[in-house]
Amino acid sequence: MEILMLAYTIYLSFAGALVLAVLPRALGGLARVFALLIALSGFAVALAGYITAGAQGSVAIADLAWVPAMGIHYTLAADGISRVLVLLTGLAAVAGILFSWNIGEKDGDRANEFFAFFLALIGGVYGVFLSVDLFLLFVFYEIAIVPKYFLIAIWGSTRREYGAMKLALYSFAGSAMVLIGLLAAYATAGSHTMNLYALAQYPFPVSFQMWAFPLVFTGFAILAGMWPFHTWAPTGHVAAPTAASMLLAGVVMKLGAYGCLRVAMTLFPHGLDPWGVSFLGIDSWRTVFALFAVIGIIYGAVVALVQNDFKFVIGYSSVSHMGLVLLGLLTLTQIGIDGAVLQMFSHGILAGLLFATVGRIVYERTHTRDLGILSRMQLGKAMPFAAWLFVIAGMASMGLPGFSGFVAEVQVLIGAWKAFPWFAVVAGVGIVVGVAYTWRAMQRAFFSEATVLDVNGVSAPVHEYEPVTWAEKAGVILLAGTSLLIGLYPRLLLDVIAPAVQALPQALLTGGRP
Amino acid sequence: MNSLVNAVNYSNLFFLTLPETILEIVSLIVLIVDLSWLRKSTRAARMTAACVIGVLGCLVAAGWLYAHPQAAGIAGDALVSSPLVAAAQIGILLLTALVLLLSIDAEFSRNPGEFAAIVLLGATGMLLVTAARDLLVIFVALELLSLSLYVLTAFAKSSAQSAEAALKYYLFGGMSAALMLFGFSYLYGLTGTTNLTEIATALSAQRVSPLLVVALALVAAGLGFKVAAVPFHLWAPDTYQGAPAPVAALIASGSKVASFAVLIALTDGIIVSRPHEQSSIWVVLLAWMAAGSIILGNLGALVQTSVRRLLAYSAIAHAGYMLLGIAAHTPQSGAAVLYYALTYALTTVGAFGVIAIVERSAGSDRLDAFAGLSRRNPLIAATMLIFLLSLAGIPPLVGFWAKFNLFAAVLRAPSASYWGLPLVITALAASAVSLYYYLQVLKRVYVSKPPQNEHSQIAPLRVSSIEVLILTVIALAVVLLGILPSALSSWIPLG
Repeated sequence: MEILMLAYTIYLSFAGALVLAVLPRALGGLARVFALLIALSGFAVALAGYITAGAQGSVAIADLAWVPAMGIHYTLAADGISRVLVLLTGLAAVAGILFSWNIGEKDGDRANEFFAFFLALIGGVYGVFLSVDLFLLFVFYEIAIVPKYFLIAIWGSTRREYGAMKLALYSFAGSAMVLIGLLAAYATAGSHTMNLYALAQYPFPVSFQMWAFPLVFTGFAILAGMWPFHTWAPTGHVAAPTAASMLLAGVVMKLGAYGCLRVAMTLFPHGLDPWGVSFLGIDSWRTVFALFAVIGIIYGAVVALVQNDFKFVIGYSSVSHMGLVLLGLLTLTQIGIDGAVLQMFSHGILAGLLFATVGRIVYERTHTRDLGILSRMQLGKAMPFAAWLFVIAGMASMGLPGFSGFVAEVQVLIGAWKAFPWFAVVAGVGIVVGVAYTWRAMQRAFFSEATVLDVNGVSAPVHEYEPVTWAEKAGVILLAGTSLLIGLYPRLLLDVIAPAVQALPQALLTGGRP
Repeated sequence: MNSLVNAVNYSNLFFLTLPETILEIVSLIVLIVDLSWLRKSTRAARMTAACVIGVLGCLVAAGWLYAHPQAAGIAGDALVSSPLVAAAQIGILLLTALVLLLSIDAEFSRNPGEFAAIVLLGATGMLLVTAARDLLVIFVALELLSLSLYVLTAFAKSSAQSAEAALKYYLFGGMSAALMLFGFSYLYGLTGTTNLTEIATALSAQRVSPLLVVALALVAAGLGFKVAAVPFHLWAPDTYQGAPAPVAALIASGSKVASFAVLIALTDGIIVSRPHEQSSIWVVLLAWMAAGSIILGNLGALVQTSVRRLLAYSAIAHAGYMLLGIAAHTPQSGAAVLYYALTYALTTVGAFGVIAIVERSAGSDRLDAFAGLSRRNPLIAATMLIFLLSLAGIPPLVGFWAKFNLFAAVLRAPSASYWGLPLVITALAASAVSLYYYLQVLKRVYVSKPPQNEHSQIAPLRVSSIEVLILTVIALAVVLLGILPSALSSWIPLG
């Protein structure tokens, strides 16, 4: 029964968004409390569904004829991958609201609008992860795109209108590519169904899959931040308000990776087949995209190494980490895809934590994100909480054993070693660079030796900042605790992910080869 | 012509044209009431009376159509009645009623009676165009429609822009009507009949002649003007900008629906069932016009600073999408085009309603006039959000379903096997571009700061309750039709 409740994650979020949208502006102070309650109940439902379903396979949740004439059904189901990502969405929603607790403290914050857009976005994300009907999936996918624009353009900072528009156009271009693929698949199959599993049974001609696969995969991968279509991600992350960066990196980029696996690779597994010709070792779309993923890993890490804006460091590190997810998916091995899904979860948590530290805890108090300026602020002494938090999150993010990132990255690398040994080596180098940029950011922001001398040549006293609020502490405990828990006992997730990966279409796991 | 004279069954014809007759009579009533009893009343009272009577007339006619789904068969083959035609006609009547309701508070006219009467005459033309299956009837009905719209465009007599818009519209329109009539005369010369069904039979027995190519090109030019397709679109931006807002809404809505209905009928008439060289001429013409409209419309809209011109270019792009469906010419794609035209028209009427409100308070329709609308009036801003996102094709709004249904029909059409996929890809790529300019408006509405008066207070927006009501109803319809797209399927089959 609890598993059927998973659908309520969607309904609760949209109902909450609707209520907040019509709430009189005078009651703006209530908005954040109401939004937190909605997010908490969504998280509770997701957790209950996760626990009840255990290691079961795909569980049907709802199935109604929506547009019978077009064969479109309102079909929801959750397999292990979906349940893990729904859980992540619940966590990210709660944490996002906790870290935007300052919105609504003063008039003119437009708090009810903010939380309405926030919950609409969350509802769309839940919907994507639970949809089995491709049409429904696409509808939720687009619902998740629009609120992002407004969240960033209205409440963002640095070049917010540019960042928001860039992000919206990239996302919409990606979804147009996806729509072309879906329309073509729908028209080709001619069977008047949009059910993912029914369509996956249809033997699409290999020549059709050869162009439909790269189109749909790229469409989704744009949202996953795949190089060279990643450029929206850093600017969008930097421009976004903290909660929106957390959601963007935490769950929205996962939508892209999820779509790559669930739609592109499942529908068109033969798109991964070798072309029959090889150019510099590139012999299929699979190697093309794996190459892009590896370039993304290295490129994101190297660019993060030279950034001066603290948030850009985290933004580019997201590109790097999402490259690992895509590489894991493209290994087409059980262990690689397991690792990719786990990495989605892990990165969702850790990116949220990092953005919260940088964008909320540090920036709200110092009002700068410039590493050069921060390095003269003695933040290690002034803000020990933030400093140690960044140390923990950074360690987890660079893949220190004991945290969730380690388990995920090791699995991806093992999978990649089997499929593309050279790429695995390069990705490993990328992880090492990841240690370097995290270390550099940490050192410059918090533990710089530079002392500030005032006009008399006396070192300036350590500045007093406002104390850490309960909402910030709660959010930190939630995210860091989850990462630690998964790192120490990864089977909590892996036992659910592995059967779901095993149940993926056989054509996919055998490397697309018949 | 013979069949028309011989086979007319007058009682049949009477029932078939009853909705049109109702509109004619109501337009006379509006004139009489306005010019006799209400002569001494205030302008606002006269406008309200004229519009309300007009709305009642539209509703009665729509009700009659709804209650008698297939009342009459065919009157001498010149006019037909089918569920699809009835759906388009009911749609046109409802759109006209909405436009009249939104003009109650408009202040452009000192002659309310004449305004409402001419709107109703234009609607009569639209109904006739939709049902017509004879070249002569099509031409006469299109002229009735066009002449009404020319007059209406010039109705803001104190505005030079309105006069300029009307003159441009009239000159382009007169020219294209002449071309179309010329094309019709060639078609008649080739086939010896003005009836569309008989033209189809006669054409299928002939080989392609240069004369036929000329005739079809001329007809395409005439109808291309009505739907504002490239390269016959030049009038649209100026007319949309200069015409009074309700008139622009009527041009963009009812007139579009009627023109697409007649395009579907003509395409059925020109293209015979089996694949034939003749059909390919027409399809090639339509496909090129579609591609040009999609690309030029979307690119043109990117650089506009006037929201009306922006909507005009977006209308050109939307006409391009619909032309794709007409070129595919399957029964499904015909229905899909009609569904698209009706839902697009509904959304556009709403958007023009919002523009009218903003214009009244800011005195301009420039993008900056929309700044901070969400803080001046959240409800109106929310309706604008819904309209523009629906036009951009964002689910779950109705514009998305219309697009999906249309493009799926195009891809499935056997005749579109070569050009279908490339053009659908172009259309979807262009619609990704279109999000940019819709977001330009929405950015002003939601992100920019509202203008403030000297006390640094946000200037309030003057909105009448009827406008709020109508815009809310339209927005709700756009959302509900998006969530329950099957709701219309008893009239217009989906998929």
